[in-house]
Amino acid sequence: MKLLPQLFHSSLGKKYIMAITGLGMLAFAAVHLAGNLRLFLGPEVLNSYAHGLHRAEESLWMIRVCLLVLIGLHVSMAVVLTHENRAARPILYERSRLPGASHASRTMIWSGLMVAVFVAYHLLHHSAKAQVSLTGHDFAAFRTTLADGTACHDVFRMVVAGFSQPVVSGFYIVGVGLLSHHLSHGIEAAFQSLGLRNRAWDAAVRRLASGAAWLLFVGYASIPVAVLCGYGREALQ
Amino acid sequence: MPIDAHIPSGPLERKWERHKSDLELVHPRNKRKYDVLVVGSGLSGAAAAATLAELGYRVKCFCFQDSARRAHSIAAQGGINAAKNCCNDGDSVSRLFRDTIKGGDFRSREANVYRLAQISVDIIDQCVAQGVPFAREYGGLLQNRSFGGAQVSRTFYARGQTGQQLLLGAYQALSRQISLGNARMFSRTEMLDLVVIDGQAKGIVVRDLVSGEIASHAGDAVVLATGGYANMFYLSTNAKGCNATAAWRAYRRGAFFANPCFTQIHPTCIPVGGEHQSKLTLMSESLRNDGRVWVPRRREDCAKAPGSIPEEDRDYYLERKYPSFGNLAPRDIASRATKEVCDAGRGVGPGGLGVYLDFGDAIRQMGIETMRERYGNLFEMYERIRGENAYEVPMRMYPAMHYTMGGLWVDYHLMSNLPGLFVIGEANFSDHGANRLGASGLMQGLADGYFILPYTIGHYFASGRPSKTPADHPGFAAAEAGVKARLARLLSVQGKRTVTSFHRELGRLLWNDCGMTRSEAGLREALGRIPELRAEFWGDVRVSGSGGEMNADLERANQVADYLELSELVCRDALMRGESCGGHFRTESVTEDGEARRDDAQFAFVAAWECRGADREPMLHKEPLVYEEARMSTRSYR
Amino acid sequence: MHLSLRVWRQKSASAPGRFETYEARHVSPDMSLLEALDGVNEDLIASGGDPIAFDSDCREGICGACSVVIDGIPHGSRHGTTACQLHLRHFRDGATITLEPWRARPFPLIKDLVVDRHAFDRIIEAGGYVSVKTGGAPDGNAIPIPKTNVDRAMDAAVCIGCGACVAACKNASAMLFVASKVSHLSLLPQGRVERERRVLAMVRAMDDAGFGGCTVTGSCEAVCPKNIRIDVIARMNREYGRALLKGGSPELAL
Repeated sequence: MKLLPQLFHSSLGKKYIMAITGLGMLAFAAVHLAGNLRLFLGPEVLNSYAHGLHRAEESLWMIRVCLLVLIGLHVSMAVVLTHENRAARPILYERSRLPGASHASRTMIWSGLMVAVFVAYHLLHHSAKAQVSLTGHDFAAFRTTLADGTACHDVFRMVVAGFSQPVVSGFYIVGVGLLSHHLSHGIEAAFQSLGLRNRAWDAAVRRLASGAAWLLFVGYASIPVAVLCGYGREALQ
Repeated sequence: MPIDAHIPSGPLERKWERHKSDLELVHPRNKRKYDVLVVGSGLSGAAAAATLAELGYRVKCFCFQDSARRAHSIAAQGGINAAKNCCNDGDSVSRLFRDTIKGGDFRSREANVYRLAQISVDIIDQCVAQGVPFAREYGGLLQNRSFGGAQVSRTFYARGQTGQQLLLGAYQALSRQISLGNARMFSRTEMLDLVVIDGQAKGIVVRDLVSGEIASHAGDAVVLATGGYANMFYLSTNAKGCNATAAWRAYRRGAFFANPCFTQIHPTCIPVGGEHQSKLTLMSESLRNDGRVWVPRRREDCAKAPGSIPEEDRDYYLERKYPSFGNLAPRDIASRATKEVCDAGRGVGPGGLGVYLDFGDAIRQMGIETMRERYGNLFEMYERIRGENAYEVPMRMYPAMHYTMGGLWVDYHLMSNLPGLFVIGEANFSDHGANRLGASGLMQGLADGYFILPYTIGHYFASGRPSKTPADHPGFAAAEAGVKARLARLLSVQGKRTVTSFHRELGRLLWNDCGMTRSEAGLREALGRIPELRAEFWGDVRVSGSGGEMNADLERANQVADYLELSELVCRDALMRGESCGGHFRTESVTEDGEARRDDAQFAFVAAWECRGADREPMLHKEPLVYEEARMSTRSYR
Repeated sequence: MHLSLRVWRQKSASAPGRFETYEARHVSPDMSLLEALDGVNEDLIASGGDPIAFDSDCREGICGACSVVIDGIPHGSRHGTTACQLHLRHFRDGATITLEPWRARPFPLIKDLVVDRHAFDRIIEAGGYVSVKTGGAPDGNAIPIPKTNVDRAMDAAVCIGCGACVAACKNASAMLFVASKVSHLSLLPQGRVERERRVLAMVRAMDDAGFGGCTVTGSCEAVCPKNIRIDVIARMNREYGRALLKGGSPELAL
């Protein structure tokens, strides 16, 4: 029996793919957060980090391609599975109670799709630097010089400028909130789908899942909150 | 007319071994030519169907449930006996044999019982190989507990769900044969008649319970594994669907019915709650390993809370009367002792129909966790039904109809007097005599299905070389027409009373006159009333719906119509057997201290009844019971 | 007490269905819900109506025949209880109770509250067994089995095949049922011999039958009358991955 066809054909195989791609994206989100948090170390650290990333353009593209593959697989499997799962119950109950099912677990497809929309917007916002109209700034024009004299894009200023708009910050916080909601179930489910769970580890996996989801939320949300509270305003002067 | 059980000659302990090697064989290639119809998919039926299919016969298996896995064997809680002597407490094949013979009050066939005890050992091994998760010790070896009627621990168990695990083992073995194409399963299909051609069983008529379609199946042998007839009493521990129709139709077609009055009343069941009650629930005999049965010493204490009655005011009547077996006295004896104290006005609960089963001492000694591990699911079940926590207050128990030792007569080969008709499990009469010991029912079902029938059925094919009957033989059409006419008649009465009201009335009548104690006057009264009730039934029953659809009311009506005939035979047999033995207690036949008095001089025989038509009295055939090894003694558990 | 029962009525799979309300008067709190249905049926039969078809057999919570969704929850809201063991004392006097059949594509409706659960049998036929013949089995004590393994196997083996897990799951997934059997047999040395083929074949049969996938909502374990927990599903997922990596095949080489 061929491994790949089996993976893509069976419901368990599709769940493996969901779990592995999900955990892959989770790893990306964690690394990404670690990068973002450099904001709190000041403009010099953040900007040289961003500049360093852009200099390694080939690896960056590889990561982007990997990420796109992960997203593509995750979303397509999710859509296929949702379709199959709906087909398994053509007639709905008049009263449906879904005992024991958490809100996050019932709404994975919706929280997932909304996160996808958010991610698309987010990429446009920062990576494609297309936020001129909303903030009144031309992000591409934000330039700065690092301590060693290199000229580079002023990411620090861009972030502060973006998040100074309460609408942008609010949208961002809602977005990472949805992501965490998705992950609060997703991480646990990924462990379950990969079979990495038993009675002894059950409580630990649950705690790990909700802990990781909260950590990501607090970490990501701290940036717009700090900016709204006035952090880094001097960069805009 | 004496009847021949075809018991092989030779010393008891070598009969089966020697006989097995003398049985004629069917060549593996030729087995594909034989069709076997197995009716019922409980322990014996599923085991037989799986094993026969493995051997190469073409098997069709039928059950009325929606899946073979739901047969009522699944509800057996306590365990299965086997003489493996795992506890080093002196058990052996001959001791299991003696316990079973004595437990059955010397009314079972010695050679059959010895064979059962011998086979018991293989059953456990077979089940373990199938993946049955029997309880184990920390060292990884099989664990045992003790059960009623024995002084050794020889009962293997899987929590309180032994029957379930054994049945699933057999069901899985059958499922494997179905997937291999060797067996076909017909679920939601009920057998309504046996087709007998030239004196041989050649097929069955069935009704598809979904479409209502009547069809027949031809076979070279028919195996009935259809369970007992305890539901005749309306309230029993059997499942709602258990019925006697297949066995009764076989009787009407000429198969002898043996010892119908040997019915078992289980001492520890949850008492009747009210008129609405649809069935009774048994609490496993294994509970009496640690639970102590008692009633207040004084009648005026009966209404008090059990906890407020001090130790010295309690009567642990089983321990008092039967010191050597105590709470694990056999079922018939424990049930009667319970009836006795309740009749004396010392019963507890509504109507004074109950006794306490108390775990207080055991919990104090071994702790609540040990109790939970041993009986957790039973305590939960009790709480669901009664709404009481048995870890805190004692359970209330009362005897209830549970099992029928009587059944279709079979010889040593488990074949009835009709060639080609085999009867296994509870449906036959063979091994338990007048009383079955706890944990022996599962043993017999699996012994018959796995290890006896597969040998003897081959012998029937090889030695008798039964002629092939084509499926278009007019005998099938005639039997189908008979079934259709009967169902049409049931539907056409359109009277005023429901089927259940007749069934309930019959049950009450039998419980009172042919239950735990039986008297000549009561039995005669019942024999007068049953034909009247039958006439009322056929004149005034109301069955809803039509025959061409799923119709539970029609199924039930057809079954109750058969109970109304079978019950008469049961009472007739009880009246004929003017002795007390096992579950059959005649008030006229007691010793001075009120215990059962058996009469070996007159009644040491199997009563096999032959049907001679609906309007003639059945004819009694006697198969004498000869004991070469066991010594007939007064059964004492004191 | 008095209850109103809103029951799904449907003559056959192809006929249209609807809810009808029946009054269960003078019922006792000690009755089970199915006994209340018995009473309604008795009244219906006596008055020339069509009794409600529902599956039920042992009435002691072990055969797995009964299958009613009670107010949106399979077997009702009592934990670890089948419908036949659900007593009226758990309902409010005067309450209206909605009864629906199991709803899942692999469980086609037969009549009223009765559905066809053959899909479960087919899954077991695909591999839910140990391939041993009768006779010739080694002594039951030949292979010692750690007590914890047997206990865990038993925790899974108690499945009664009622299908409540499917009925409760928002995806009509049969994972808890299939995983119970896979776990039971893979925890015992006797069942380990063919563990790869078993899990691959049973999962394939499950998917072919049209059950949905598992999204780990936990509804199945919430309604399981035998309290089987979803860690059996994790075990099956592990077994499945193991079988895939070892290059196992669901086919039976004959």
